[in-house]
Amino acid sequence: MEHYISIFIKSIFIENMALSFFLGMCTFLAVSKKVSTAIGLGVAVTVVLALSVPANQIIYQAVLAPGALDSLMGVTDPANSIDLSFLAYITYIGVIAALVQILEMILDKYFPALYQALGIFLPLITVNCAIFGAVSFMVAKNLDLGESVVYGIGSGVGWMLAIVLMAGIREKMKYSDVPDGLKGLGITFITAGLMAFGFLSFGGISL
Amino acid sequence: MSTDTKKVLFGPIINNNPITLQVLGVCSALAVSNSMANALVMSLAVMMVTAFSSMFISMIRNQIPSSVRIIVQMAIIASLVIVVDQVLQAFSYQLSKSLSVYVGLIITNCIVMGRAEAFAMKEKPLASFLDGIGNGLGYGAVLLTVATFRELFGFGRLFGIEILPLIQNDGWYQANGLLVLPFSSFFVIGLLIWAVRTKKPEQVEKD
Repeated sequence: MEHYISIFIKSIFIENMALSFFLGMCTFLAVSKKVSTAIGLGVAVTVVLALSVPANQIIYQAVLAPGALDSLMGVTDPANSIDLSFLAYITYIGVIAALVQILEMILDKYFPALYQALGIFLPLITVNCAIFGAVSFMVAKNLDLGESVVYGIGSGVGWMLAIVLMAGIREKMKYSDVPDGLKGLGITFITAGLMAFGFLSFGGISL
Repeated sequence: MSTDTKKVLFGPIINNNPITLQVLGVCSALAVSNSMANALVMSLAVMMVTAFSSMFISMIRNQIPSSVRIIVQMAIIASLVIVVDQVLQAFSYQLSKSLSVYVGLIITNCIVMGRAEAFAMKEKPLASFLDGIGNGLGYGAVLLTVATFRELFGFGRLFGIEILPLIQNDGWYQANGLLVLPFSSFFVIGLLIWAVRTKKPEQVEKD
């Protein structure tokens, strides 16, 4: 249990997807104008992460990993061992795209307001590097199924935390006197840089 | 060249830049902008993938059912990224080694899919191809500018050639350690946006 909690905390704070690895930045910067939209998107990303990381873990271990298909195909000689790991990227993206498409249909049917608010950024969850990145990290860290569920949820919550914090700062910033050319995107970039600077301090904690 | 073509091709460099105005493709702009050589190869790769994926998607845009369009787009983009990866490995193995992770991440670069969704699904193949080239140029312009700052002031070099002799090598320049850290590109891009928008005030978004 302690092991899972440590993975969870680590993926939220120390290895924060948005502010430590700079993944999922496009949506992070563009959809962080209002806290309510940011929460909606954060939940969507968390759901997609929580589903796609374990799904890809199962597919990778059962099909793509070197030697995974050997017993099924009756290969006994290690020299002929089947290695499909070169197909990894296209498989991950296929699984993620399918999940996002399903989520899009569900939102369109049951939560039209959120669907309208997310606009072009909903299909862009597919190319949200946070999801692709988390799946790649999961394979690189060699997590098992239980760990990958915790890792998926944890990195989703971490990303959501970052975007909600950002949206909160931007809502307050409406009342600040920002130089004209820096208003909007410019000051958002600089704020994100300072937040990343702050999150750097979690790097010293070892779990 | 007609004015329309010119607008599609050169518009994205400053007037409608993918990074500073459309907020697309930010993740990799933050990650690979630490050296000129990486930035140049990355821009060329993104330009090729965006141009050809837009062209192919535009060719079959009337045949794609909108409910599965994301998966179709991802399949085309992922195949093109594999082609780019193979070409890089064949002709400049050293660079492909140093870029390996980032080349894979072009699949999740929002510029490629953002343009497919926003432009190629509506326009003719040739216009889509030019739009892809144009957005690749805009992305490259930002990437190279940021890389110039970071490599010159962070390491005292450009393309690996020493420009400002460092104190460690009996020179006079004290390298700026902040620019070596990844999040410094937030500040550089933020200031770049400020510069562009001071010149072009109509780009400032209204709340």
